[in-house]
Amino acid sequence: MGRYLARRLLQFIPVFAGATLLIFLMVWAIPGDPIAALAGDRHMPDAVREQIRARYNLDDPLIVQYGKYVGGVFQGDFGDDFRGRPVTDLLSQRLPITVRLALLAFGFEVVLGIVAGIVAGVRKGGFLDNLVLVSTLVVIAIPIFVLGFLAQLVLGVRLAWFPVAGIQHGLYSYLLPAMVLGSVSLAYVARLTRTSVVENLRADYVRTATAKGLARRRVVGVHALRNSLIPVVTFLAVDLGALMGGAIITETIFNIPGIGRAVFEGVQRQEGTVVVGIVTFLVVVYLLANLLVDLLYAVLDPRIRYE
Amino acid sequence: MSDGPTVKRSSLSSRSYTTEEPEAEPAVGREGSLYLDAWRHLRRRPMFIIATAMILLLALMAIWPGLFTNADPLACDLADSLLTPSSEHWFGTDLQGCDYYARTIYGARVSITIGVLVTAVSTLIAVALGSVAGFYGGFVDTVIARITDIWFAIPTILGGIVILRSVFSTRGLFQVSLVLIVLGWPTMLRLVRSAVLSVKETDYVDAARALGATNFRIIRRHVLPNSIAPVIVYATITVGGIISAEAALSFLGVGLQLPAISWGLMISVAQNRILTAPHLLLFPGLFLSATVFSFILMGDALRDALDPRLR
Repeated sequence: MGRYLARRLLQFIPVFAGATLLIFLMVWAIPGDPIAALAGDRHMPDAVREQIRARYNLDDPLIVQYGKYVGGVFQGDFGDDFRGRPVTDLLSQRLPITVRLALLAFGFEVVLGIVAGIVAGVRKGGFLDNLVLVSTLVVIAIPIFVLGFLAQLVLGVRLAWFPVAGIQHGLYSYLLPAMVLGSVSLAYVARLTRTSVVENLRADYVRTATAKGLARRRVVGVHALRNSLIPVVTFLAVDLGALMGGAIITETIFNIPGIGRAVFEGVQRQEGTVVVGIVTFLVVVYLLANLLVDLLYAVLDPRIRYE
Repeated sequence: MSDGPTVKRSSLSSRSYTTEEPEAEPAVGREGSLYLDAWRHLRRRPMFIIATAMILLLALMAIWPGLFTNADPLACDLADSLLTPSSEHWFGTDLQGCDYYARTIYGARVSITIGVLVTAVSTLIAVALGSVAGFYGGFVDTVIARITDIWFAIPTILGGIVILRSVFSTRGLFQVSLVLIVLGWPTMLRLVRSAVLSVKETDYVDAARALGATNFRIIRRHVLPNSIAPVIVYATITVGGIISAEAALSFLGVGLQLPAISWGLMISVAQNRILTAPHLLLFPGLFLSATVFSFILMGDALRDALDPRLR
């Protein structure tokens, strides 16, 4: 186990380096001088411009800039944005908002998705099964920004059940955006659970359990379910990372000042440090989520052992 | 292993062909019957028929929009700004007074083109690289796997925003397609690779190799035909996903630019008038969702038909 972990952590290095380098090159390859753009129409004295460029290492070759940046990241320094504020400040201010949103969405996804999947899978071919299959397909097909606007228009504006936008109503204002953000994953979880339950109910051990005279509730709820949830749990672990990266659109629609908004504004303003910082952070989250999945596999399925 | 057959092949090339043909024939026959079987299954499925009809209709819209409307989507009259749907303007008009029905119809072209183009190119890249990686394994496989690992770590929409904003000064159909191809191929590649890996170890591949078939021939005649089914299913669903991604990028303002006609762009403009003119959101949203839905439905039907285990 220890050796497996060490090997996996070593494998992180090329992926981390490659992904951050790629984003770094793309962001800083922007034609035009972002520092000159800072001054707008006014003239910026050359000395000032030189000083600012030196501060952000803009006169070094790109690869040296990247080296200095990664060196800083490992010391917990993600650089400053163009107003001189550390990107870590921005992260610590914006991140809790996105995490709250993502966790709520995750909650919806886990509870509703798994319940719907079990209900559908147990009665394969029945009315509820078809209802779940068709409704999840519809949810997957509607692009998230269309779904978001519809929810905002109908539930927020017309029926006024939820706040329309912003976060000034506390946790309550996160409910609707979270439902929208989690909807597609919810549909995937429901479908995955259903398929898995259907497959496992056909397995020999379920027949054995039934033949032993166990109650149907116990056969489904304990024997089949525990095995069915293995693929679902692994999907969920990766999805938690994806929810945070995918929150850009939801945060745009509902005007939520999370990291998705921050990165989008960073791209618009050519603030490389902000964009690279947040993407670097998301890459780390993604890598850890994947590691977690592989470790969960071993916990959930005793047949899998890592040497 | 490959020494024996290669020495003989020069003298026996014509004969080895004739001995190989009967061996290859059943493989093709079996493959043919899989698709024939799938076709028989599909013909009777209402889901498949609905999806096919919708996709054909959309394709017709994309190729020949004049068939559906006489109005010019770019001929606008500011006096007609923001009309609600009526018998004259079925879907109403937008802020500039353009006929919204015509614009919605003409919007199909961009979506379908990008969806099909991006899927086709990334599938080709994935099949070429994935079959090489899966079949040969070793160093090539490791390199390709590491590269796809890097790609997977970057969130798709985020990567799209960064590339489109920073690398291109103008953004048209070509640039958006290119970015979606660049971001999309690794997922497909993993699928092809795993499918090739499962076929590689089968007896008929060993048999073909024993008969002296070259690696290229084995990949072309045996491995690919037998591992292509999941790729077809996934590619069909991907068309829907790409259409949705293009719309999302245009919606965020980093995809296509006006005066291009695209559903994502229309929704992006509509978001400021969601209260006063909800029809601006409704119609492109409806068309977009229906398009994505029909490709997913088609993929689902194909999966059921091509994978007999699921029936």
